[in-house]
Amino acid sequence: MALSQADVLAGIKEIVEEVAGIPAASIELDKNFTDDLEVDSLSMVEVVVACEERFGVKIPDEKVTDLATVGDAVNFIVNAAA
Amino acid sequence: MSQRRVVVTGLGATTPLGGDVDSTWKAILAGQSGVRLLTEDWRELLPVHFAARVATEPADQMERVEIRRLDRSEQFALVASREAWKDAGSPDDIDKERLGVVIASGIGGVITLLDQFVNLNEKGARGVSPHTVPMLMPNGPAANVGLELKAKAGVHTPVSACASGAEAVGYAYEMIKNNRADIVVSGGVEAAIHQLPMAGFAAMKALSTRNDDPARASRPYDLDRDGFVLGEGGGVLVLEEYEHAKARGAKIYCEIGGQGLSSDGYHIAAPDPDGSGVQRAIKFALANSGLSTKDIVHLNAHATSTPAGDVAEANALRKALGADADHVAVSATKSMTGHLLGGAGAIESVFIVKALQDRLAPPTINIENLDPAVTVDVVRDTPRQLPSGDIAALNDSFGFGGHNVVLVFKSL
Repeated sequence: MALSQADVLAGIKEIVEEVAGIPAASIELDKNFTDDLEVDSLSMVEVVVACEERFGVKIPDEKVTDLATVGDAVNFIVNAAA
Repeated sequence: MSQRRVVVTGLGATTPLGGDVDSTWKAILAGQSGVRLLTEDWRELLPVHFAARVATEPADQMERVEIRRLDRSEQFALVASREAWKDAGSPDDIDKERLGVVIASGIGGVITLLDQFVNLNEKGARGVSPHTVPMLMPNGPAANVGLELKAKAGVHTPVSACASGAEAVGYAYEMIKNNRADIVVSGGVEAAIHQLPMAGFAAMKALSTRNDDPARASRPYDLDRDGFVLGEGGGVLVLEEYEHAKARGAKIYCEIGGQGLSSDGYHIAAPDPDGSGVQRAIKFALANSGLSTKDIVHLNAHATSTPAGDVAEANALRKALGADADHVAVSATKSMTGHLLGGAGAIESVFIVKALQDRLAPPTINIENLDPAVTVDVVRDTPRQLPSGDIAALNDSFGFGGHNVVLVFKSL
């Protein structure tokens, strides 16, 4: 099922707020998970698993390190779901 | 170097009687029970339908994201430590290499362990939280408090079942005495109200089954006591080197005179009926403090409300204190809080500090018929005035495995 970039961004905002307590309003495509949002490595695992469940995609462990920004994650998920 | 003395400069607690020290102590002096029927469906699996849950949920005292990443025992530790640190005047400018943390737990993050096992079975390995190990490890409560305060003198977790909390306070005392630290945040917590640990204790016949009257189930020294009531929560004491506390103008509650430790070498769960291990611990504690039995006016007993344990302890106290037991007001506060396992020795230490401050020994509730085998002077129903002048009190705690810990607190 195709997912729009806007839908995925909205979903990730909700997930990151829930998991890491970061206000959704401060989560944008160019934000770096580690440096800007201070999502630590354990919480990143939670974000990934929650994204997999929500969007019905697989995010292999070796890909997770490539997902530096929120935008990287959105693009990966949109492509994986296409 | 002159002898380093150790004083108490801060207190914190979250208990079945209140979400902080003041509300808990007020309820203790009023003789209230924190024991209630459980509301969970799983209680029907068990012969015991009640426990002593904390009066204030940590979710009402902490950020939601913190709650998500912390086992319930870790939540209790942070709630109580934050209160204690603030009560100590938030001495944040201390050299962090001189700041330690010693917080115990009897069985660690057992609820996390069991919940994540359910996740594993239902969702597979991907369903297991990455926070599982930091949440279930028994040193988690101490580690999280240490991280928050940036303590660098050492973070420790003694584990000795129901003596753990007292052992933590004693360990903290030693750290300051031996010049490893100037301030140590110490205490104990437990969060084990869950069907599995409760079923385990019930299988040992250790728990009261007075389902028709939970508030009267924890009845240390009563003839009809039938086991302990599981409680949850924790207590924290900020210990500090005396000159350090004076130099920063800290409020000083009292002094820790010393501690005595021993082990029974008798049985994994049953108390040694001879009580020689307990007697030795009391003897060591008094010698370590430079006090004699004459100086002791109050004792917060371990007294869990089990048929064998209460009498074995009372006999040991009588033997260790001799005729001087006649002027020791013995309080069994587990009659109100239930048994906090690894948290017990810590909250009971908090109660002793408050007792010395207010000169009031707390009551023991639910004694309808005092067991005639109990030969110590039990404070019943209402608080008892303690003498003015220099006084001292004992806290004794024992754990499965035969661990005995006795702490000495002195007025200052």
